[in-house]
Amino acid sequence: MSNFISLWQAAITFGTVILFGALGELITQKSGNLNLGTPGIVYLGGIGSLAGAFFYENAVEHPSAVVGVIVALICAMLASALGGLIYSFLTITLRANQNVTGLTLTIFGSGVANFFGGSLNKLAGGVGQISVATTSSGFRAVTPLSNLGLPGKLLFSYGFLTYVAIALAVLAAVFFNRTRMGLNLRAVGESPATADATGISVTRYKYGATCVGAAITGLGGVFYTMNYIKGTWANDGTMESLGWLALALVIFASWKSLNVIWGSYLFGILYWLYFYIGGLSRYSQELFKMLPYVVTIVVLVVSSMRQKKENTGPAALGLSYFREER
Amino acid sequence: MIDLAQTPVVQMRGISKAFGPVVANSKVDLELYPGEILSLLGENGSGKTTLMNMLSGIYFPDEGQILVNGEEVTIASPRDAFALRIGMIHQHFKLVDVFTAAENIVLGLEGSTMLDRKQVAARVRLICEKYGFDVDPDQKVYNMSVSQKQTLEIVKVLYRGTDILILDEPTAVLTPQETEKLFKVLKNMKADGKSVVIITHKLHEVMEVADRVAVLRKGEYIGEVRTADTDPQELTNMMVGRSVSLNIQRPEPENPTPRLVVEHLSVKDSEGVMAVKDVSFTANSGEVLGIAGISGCGQKELLEAIAGLQTAEPGSSVVYLGENGEKAQLVGLSARQVRAKGVALSFVPEDRLGMGLVGDMGIPDNMMLRSYSEGKGPFVRRKGPRKLAAQVVKQLEVVTPGLETPVRKLSGGNVQKILLGREIAAAPHVLMTAYAVRGLDINSSYAIYDLVNQQKQQGCAVIFVGEDLDVLLELCDRILVLCSGQVNGILDGRTATKEQVGLLMTNLHSKEGGAEHE
Repeated sequence: MSNFISLWQAAITFGTVILFGALGELITQKSGNLNLGTPGIVYLGGIGSLAGAFFYENAVEHPSAVVGVIVALICAMLASALGGLIYSFLTITLRANQNVTGLTLTIFGSGVANFFGGSLNKLAGGVGQISVATTSSGFRAVTPLSNLGLPGKLLFSYGFLTYVAIALAVLAAVFFNRTRMGLNLRAVGESPATADATGISVTRYKYGATCVGAAITGLGGVFYTMNYIKGTWANDGTMESLGWLALALVIFASWKSLNVIWGSYLFGILYWLYFYIGGLSRYSQELFKMLPYVVTIVVLVVSSMRQKKENTGPAALGLSYFREER
Repeated sequence: MIDLAQTPVVQMRGISKAFGPVVANSKVDLELYPGEILSLLGENGSGKTTLMNMLSGIYFPDEGQILVNGEEVTIASPRDAFALRIGMIHQHFKLVDVFTAAENIVLGLEGSTMLDRKQVAARVRLICEKYGFDVDPDQKVYNMSVSQKQTLEIVKVLYRGTDILILDEPTAVLTPQETEKLFKVLKNMKADGKSVVIITHKLHEVMEVADRVAVLRKGEYIGEVRTADTDPQELTNMMVGRSVSLNIQRPEPENPTPRLVVEHLSVKDSEGVMAVKDVSFTANSGEVLGIAGISGCGQKELLEAIAGLQTAEPGSSVVYLGENGEKAQLVGLSARQVRAKGVALSFVPEDRLGMGLVGDMGIPDNMMLRSYSEGKGPFVRRKGPRKLAAQVVKQLEVVTPGLETPVRKLSGGNVQKILLGREIAAAPHVLMTAYAVRGLDINSSYAIYDLVNQQKQQGCAVIFVGEDLDVLLELCDRILVLCSGQVNGILDGRTATKEQVGLLMTNLHSKEGGAEHE
């Protein structure tokens, strides 16, 4: 039983990182931008929050958790939105190839984050010394509901960002399906020429969706840094692999934000499964770590066989739009 | 009649527009009056669409003025055009496939944050009643026929409150019946005081629906006439700049013998739906067999199955009868084996370059696509293809800066000549060509018809899939009408009427004129 609880909790924790990443990427892709820079943006979010919190906690004598959380969130979202802005400028304004730009952003993001992560470690007095305990405790604070026995442990033992992630996914669904702006954004991703002809500013929507999407993706890095590794810095590459999983999840969820919610927790379970199955060798562990990707491939095969138009990605995904082309 | 003394709703003065070195419009003047249908006539590449795109905010003019209701305006975006109550329906529909009709209609409109789908649907129904449209607000666009999509485009524009409606080649994809319906709607709108611009190069449509005609040639404004004071010949001369004969030749078939016997041919499309059902016909040598049908009712699948590009269902039979009496079953052979028998296919898709030619390659390399497997050794021989390329360019009068110029840089007519020229160069016994004149201007079209007739007189069995019924009726000896993948009648090209063919195209197994007579 305790094994199950701890698998569940681990799945929710990693699932939330993936949920933020996938939700941000989903919003980006709805505008027709395929941003393969998601792992890099997760990194940018992580380092942004850590740096913000670190300088805040060092600057005041008695740091407050609430202020720390706010500073960390703002810094993280600015840093990751900046990543989205770089991507937007290159692909929308300069019409660079989206795939190359995205992959470059991933390399850039992880490089920048690990460089500053190392620098922060040094400023803090040596490797492993950095800790923004106050801010991290703010992120990890739970309500008394978590003491309610098993349901408390399963449902209420997580930091507030876990619930923010779910709420954002639900809001995104409402946005896409019920609002004019959501409809316009989807049209930009489906057929930019159509959107343009009806007077929608394709450039503005693409920039907006990509930057807002990146800011949300960056929250995944915040959650990983503040909740999972408790306000420290580790450059073991986990953040990057969660970023790639987020990309896979967008396809797995057939571009629907409500599917992203349960899909991310499923991916979380699949990610940690190897840890809870007894008697695995190092090598067979690696096989189990493949599970999320295998599931994505299976979903791709099944959904492409069904060929339902609503379950495929935006029609103009990955294509640059240039009006005066002929 | 229109009162030319009143203020024009739109005045375009000295409009010029260039795309890099290509001048699309040069000092064009145009006037549009309330309550009239103006036809903008011109060959391909004469700048009709570009001119109207500047009125609808897609492009911005390099120089010149636009006046709406007597006041000078700047139309920098489609939104500006809507604000001036100008709406344009493009040749390639601007609709989002996965959206419903209602969603497409409200796209880009200002309004409350939340979308009230019921309210939209109610307003759409109101417009439909007023002008006699048939649109289901909740239907997804990908489930619609071409004509339904066009209707939706018009409703979309009217929903925004439009007084000036621009239609770019609206009838290119419609059946005669659907065209008639469209013209009725346009006349309703005219009666309602709205102004309509219709871009076309079909003369009989101009004569039927327009009050006035403005002619463009090579980006320049040539002049305007009242429809009542002119005739197709004069309009053609204005359009082309010299006198052109408007008759398509139809030489009598010489000694027709069966060349291709198709029996019970059935083909499934990529989604597993029967695209061609139990089709049987015979193509004779020295004869042009026309295939008519609304777009997407099995023409492509039929030709591809014969050419060996698609798998025919069991029970299908396509027998090729050679000149010396040899017989060959084509079903089951690969595309290359079918070609070796002398059956050639040239298919011109909507984007013209999609099938058969590689846009970024020059003419010799495109010729080589058919002959790369000839000869021995791992290296290709370029000599033959280059010679052939030079020959095609010379014989078919292809206008190109050089043989190695990428074909995508050539105009549509030249591209199509190269495609057809390559197929003809192989001296086929059966020549299948689909949409050979798609989007071509009058001059180029006639060059292509001549090529087809040459092949016919040389004893080739020609299968000609066309869109324009007038052309089919003038060019073909027999016309096979396809309706939802089935043969709905084979008519004699010399006696059939447009109405007969149109009816067969839309009503499966209609009794009237549906009897097979050969």
